[in-house]
Amino acid sequence: MTTTSPADADREVVHAGRPRPRRGISLSDAGPPIALVVIFGVFAVLSPDFRTVSNVQNVLDAAAVLAVVTCGISFVLMMGSIDLSAPGIMGASAIAVALLVANNRNDNDFGLFGVAVAVLLGAALGCLSGLALVVLKVPSFMTTLGVSAVGLGVATLMFAGVQPNVTDPMLEGWAVERFLGLAHLTWIAVACVLVGALVQRYSRLGRYAFAIGGAEEVLGLSGVRVAPYKVAVFTMAGAFYGLAGVLVTSQLGAGLVQAGRGYDFSAITAAVVGGTLLSGGRGGILHSVVGVLLVTVLTNGLVQVGVSPYWQGGVQGLIVVAAVAAAVLPQRRRNQVTK
Amino acid sequence: MTTNLQTQPDPRVPAPAPALEVRSLVKHYPGVKALDGVDLVVRQHEVLGLAGENGAGKSTLLKALVGLVRPDGGEIWVRGEKVRLRSVVDAADHGIGMVFQEQSLVPNLTAAENIVLGSEGPGVRRGIYRWSTMRRLAQEQLDKIGSHIDPLARTDTLTFADRQMVEIAKVLRIEERTSHPPVIILDEPTSVLESKEIETLFTQVRRLREFASVVFVSHRLDEVLDVCDRVAVLRGGRSVGEVPAADAAPADLHRMMIGSTGSDDHYHGGAGERPDEASRPRLVVRGLSGKSFRDVDLDVHAGEIVGIVGVHGSGREDVCRALFGAEPTTAGEVVLDGEKLDLSGTRAACAAGVGYVPAERKTEGMVGPMSVADNMTLTKQQSRCTGPLVRPRKQATLVDRWIERLSIRTPHRGTAIQSLSGGNQQKVVLARWLVAGDVRLLLLDHPTRGLDVGARSEVYRLMRELADSGVATVLLADSLEEAIGMSDRIIVMSDGRATTQVAAPAGGKPTPLDLVKEMV
Repeated sequence: MTTTSPADADREVVHAGRPRPRRGISLSDAGPPIALVVIFGVFAVLSPDFRTVSNVQNVLDAAAVLAVVTCGISFVLMMGSIDLSAPGIMGASAIAVALLVANNRNDNDFGLFGVAVAVLLGAALGCLSGLALVVLKVPSFMTTLGVSAVGLGVATLMFAGVQPNVTDPMLEGWAVERFLGLAHLTWIAVACVLVGALVQRYSRLGRYAFAIGGAEEVLGLSGVRVAPYKVAVFTMAGAFYGLAGVLVTSQLGAGLVQAGRGYDFSAITAAVVGGTLLSGGRGGILHSVVGVLLVTVLTNGLVQVGVSPYWQGGVQGLIVVAAVAAAVLPQRRRNQVTK
Repeated sequence: MTTNLQTQPDPRVPAPAPALEVRSLVKHYPGVKALDGVDLVVRQHEVLGLAGENGAGKSTLLKALVGLVRPDGGEIWVRGEKVRLRSVVDAADHGIGMVFQEQSLVPNLTAAENIVLGSEGPGVRRGIYRWSTMRRLAQEQLDKIGSHIDPLARTDTLTFADRQMVEIAKVLRIEERTSHPPVIILDEPTSVLESKEIETLFTQVRRLREFASVVFVSHRLDEVLDVCDRVAVLRGGRSVGEVPAADAAPADLHRMMIGSTGSDDHYHGGAGERPDEASRPRLVVRGLSGKSFRDVDLDVHAGEIVGIVGVHGSGREDVCRALFGAEPTTAGEVVLDGEKLDLSGTRAACAAGVGYVPAERKTEGMVGPMSVADNMTLTKQQSRCTGPLVRPRKQATLVDRWIERLSIRTPHRGTAIQSLSGGNQQKVVLARWLVAGDVRLLLLDHPTRGLDVGARSEVYRLMRELADSGVATVLLADSLEEAIGMSDRIIVMSDGRATTQVAAPAGGKPTPLDLVKEMV
């Protein structure tokens, strides 16, 4: 056996019809982008209104807030946890920013500083979820549900029965002023996606979030303390939700407690459709963004081709379930337990 | 260092302290003495083989050496220094690292990240990855073992053999933590490798010896003798001796592993007259093939217990599951009592009178928080129902009868099964197939795993009673002795094929050595 050098043996093993070592994306990652192109193509053929430049701009502008929320939630899902706190955190930050910039309720005019405070408030609430998870060992489903309620409570207290209308020209401008055809807040969302993708690829936080979803026990066996990273991921997610709350306030011109209503499940749907699985360790920011575009194109396209609004919710739900079924198809096996 | 000086009269020329020394290590689990005073010496730059049967205490010992198990007594010395190992990191700081049997790599990270995981050093600065540095660090490790894996390949796209190289490269990172030669533990590294890959691994192990000590654990004794300098043998949680590998044969080692206690009386008790071999077998399997087994033929007569033996990776577990419809098959035919058995799913198997006791009792065999009664009637629902409705009184009568018949020690039929002892849990799991009285074939996958001696013999008696009542049984035993003692006939499986058949009637039992010859 000493006649074979290990190097030769290695090569021969690789030639024996085994899986080839791969670096980056695989074929299953290509599904959602292909689906996006196909669905876009179908609507473009069916509806002349859909294939206009201004409608594409509309789609992108409409996807902005969901994209920011999804950036945050993707990191949590990559870890295999879940986050339902977006509505509460967005509500709190929406009211907070409306009261901190120029508005009709008080004399504050903090501008960008006010925006930063609202984002920090979101981060603090997210941190609370993370701490409850790692310190009290409460599953993320319940901690984030609780934090969402806390956020709504904070928002309701600040709301105090009188709606704060934003008079700050900067914040109002984000929603209406355009650069290269897209609203400013769409560019903010693009920036968030880029930052998220960089964090995922180049920071220990992002890579460890990915690894926690892949095999958390292995990290422990390698001497890594995972708790701080979990808290950090929830904190970062909270900051993204906080920013999303600010963007909604900018769109509405007023702070609403319900600013984030429904965004938790929309974001989870978008992430899963894009290939970021709830079991963790798969997908990522760019996957999720494809999911966001898919969901938004679907909503917009169904309107453009004249599907009755009464039908839309149901049709969209069916398409989402079909997409996820296709995504998990390669992993099916006998006696598989699905919960 | 003090002991070293005491044992060595001339302090100027001290003999090199052993890389690792274990002194009368003890570890108790409820009902089991996993380690009962183990002594072990690993010298510097040697490959030490560790042999022992299932339950001999090998894995507990290894876990204690890397800080995953806290021993109840005894000492661990590293290079003449007494140490307490509280965690894997502790062990790594002392230069001890282990390549785990079930691989411990994060599948969705790159090989490079896995290699440096937890001690990235310059690979990460202020929380930001330096991919090029990371790659270089990993490449250095891979170069040490002469591996040509792409460090940036995703780990789950590598072959099993390559992943093992990544693990070895990762373990060698402990060299960065200590200035001394490390101790590398390889736990069953060959169990899933092909012969070509095994040779590569052995070359690696010999290379490791240049700068490290290696503890090599394998079921395959010929391998152990091939690659090791010395072999230590464990039996029943004790060290029973060691031999230089050069002048030992697998048979010698095996004799040490199983000891002088030949056959156990429990097994043969109550063995009635054997069925007439000429009669038509109850179960006929022809050419059964699946992912990990090929062309398996198997006959089991009514009232017969047929044991299937084989090393880890021989495919016997999958054959057993395939017969229950829990593992897909690609070819072959199974006939039960003259009728073709539908292997498409477990439902069909249950309906045909096939029962299966899985090896993983806690996760596959029972629903822990559910009551004894509900666990017992889980499969044969009709035995407690009238139409679609559960009849509590019918269930109570039935369950109480079986609790008494199998002498299951439980406070009440409503007690959660997880609060029972392992042996009683296993009896409930077995009873599940008996309550309806229609079981014709029982597939027992390690039915005595994790049970203490008393519970084992009760399960043995129960198996024998069932066989005598006409049930055909396929047994995957926990140890060779169990297989020999319980079976009327033994099939040896190797690399997915049924290679040999050995008759094992009462009074004419083969020895473990006869079987080992065929297994490896």
